[in-house]
Amino acid sequence: MFDFWATNSEEGGWNISSTDEGSQKMLEEENEKQIKIQTGTDVIDDFVIDEDTSDDERMIVNMGPQHPSTHGVLRLQAELEGEVVRRVKPIIGYLHTGMEKTGEELNYFQGPTNTTRMDYLSPLFNELVFSLTTEKLVGIEVPDRAKNIRILMTELNRISSHLVALATGGMDIGALSMMIFGFRERELILNFFEKTTGLRMNHNYIRPGGVAADLPDGWQKDIEEILKIIPEKLQDYDDMLLDNPIWKGRLQNVGILTTEECFAYGVTGPSLRASGHSWDLRKAQPYSGIENFEFEVPVLNEGDVFARWRIKVLEIFESLKIVEQALNKMPKGPYKVQDKKITPPPRKRLDESMEALIHHFKIYTEGFKVPEGDAYVAIESPRGELGCYIVSDGSSKPYRMHVRGPSFCNLQALPVIMTDSPIADAVAAIASLDPVIGDVDR
Amino acid sequence: MYTPDNILTTTIDKAVRWSRTQSMWPVTFGLACCAIEMMAAGSAKYDLARYGMEVFRASPRQADLMIVAGRVSQKMAPVLRQVYDQMADPKWVIAMGACSSTGGMFNNYALVQGVDHIVPVDIYVPGCPPGPQSLMHGILTLHDKIMGGEINR
Repeated sequence: MFDFWATNSEEGGWNISSTDEGSQKMLEEENEKQIKIQTGTDVIDDFVIDEDTSDDERMIVNMGPQHPSTHGVLRLQAELEGEVVRRVKPIIGYLHTGMEKTGEELNYFQGPTNTTRMDYLSPLFNELVFSLTTEKLVGIEVPDRAKNIRILMTELNRISSHLVALATGGMDIGALSMMIFGFRERELILNFFEKTTGLRMNHNYIRPGGVAADLPDGWQKDIEEILKIIPEKLQDYDDMLLDNPIWKGRLQNVGILTTEECFAYGVTGPSLRASGHSWDLRKAQPYSGIENFEFEVPVLNEGDVFARWRIKVLEIFESLKIVEQALNKMPKGPYKVQDKKITPPPRKRLDESMEALIHHFKIYTEGFKVPEGDAYVAIESPRGELGCYIVSDGSSKPYRMHVRGPSFCNLQALPVIMTDSPIADAVAAIASLDPVIGDVDR
Repeated sequence: MYTPDNILTTTIDKAVRWSRTQSMWPVTFGLACCAIEMMAAGSAKYDLARYGMEVFRASPRQADLMIVAGRVSQKMAPVLRQVYDQMADPKWVIAMGACSSTGGMFNNYALVQGVDHIVPVDIYVPGCPPGPQSLMHGILTLHDKIMGGEINR
């Protein structure tokens, strides 16, 4: 049997010293000056280590990629001194799917099928950001009903995503009831998604030019049920965890991330807002008509793991407010752009009109052409700023598609959080950042 | 009422097969989207515990079944094989979802086009991602397969 992680090929292992990926060596320590140059500040110097300790007191421990608490296939190389983590290096790429490359082979109409699988806990956000970027390139405005449906669906998705974050975060720390609770409530929302889009995850529902289908009959009733049940259950979570001494002891004052560190590493989303900076793209750069909704942006100042857990609960309440408003003021009208070149005609028109048949055929085979140019749109996903940059060469497929994944940037802050803290807090730190490896690696 | 002399007759084959199906412990091998559905299958609504299968083991040495849930990249492939080799015999593999069965919609440089290039697969569960019901159907099909198969594999 091969020893896969051996450094030396003579001992039967793989010699991959060129990348240093499989070896037990960490990269050389960066000097203080270099760090200052990279970050632009002198705040972060966690990697500087006392010269006094000898090397034989340090131990390098691999965590992952197959590990139940790394939220997928994240691999961490941690340098331990006793029980204290002195340095840590996240190794990513175990879920690299080549989606940006695949995106160049699919036309704009097929694009959401690809992007929806990136951040698999918030698929609708990925579809939305791709669709918004395409619409910006084409220069079309979707109808009000489509905008409102998009907001309704994405905010429901934010709730389900945060519920999974709470559930898996609880599971990692040992609050197993939290896992059962979180997934139970998530089923409510997923049932609605399945009814509307046909799938529980990876919906391909929000498409350039609108949404794929109208809301099903009786959707108001389902939303009302969600609005009634979720707050009650959130109260249950609070009863269970908010004053729980074990929970507080494990989470409070653990893994502190300051606002400056967030800025330096590009941390966005709930993690930034838990560090005391009120930055939410829904307020700062409103998209899809969210400026017409009333909601607060919860901000906490502690910046520890507890604050990052708490802010997700608070954000669910705010999302419920938005869902309620979307329910009450859903406009009537078409749910997709009435432009024959962009959106396919309804099925029954194909039997009546030759022209409709031609448009249908053209859209499903070739897709629609997009003018030359480039565009970047960013939205607030449950994990932070999710951006999509598309370069178009005038054909019906993107010349280049790049996605700015929030998990990728947030994960950079992991060494800051974990350094000089006990190894037992590592799992709590990972869970609090809520990285989705599908979004990190793509 | 206590009756000390109850007798149950069976064959060794049947008893072994039955005991293998009734507490089949999966190893946690969540990779991508399907892992979330696998977790959903283990939680309250779908409740894999009904089949004695909710004990997801973190160590492959304690597990009988590997549910490959998600897309397997070229970088992950040796790790997957390593985990499979560490599992004790007899062992089974379920390829959950389109990506691990065939590569799915990602026919590109990064993905292994089907996990059966690396490990022998017993059951393919279709879907992208398969719902918890599909996964359970796959698991029950595997139970049938074990009940009807040889005990020496």
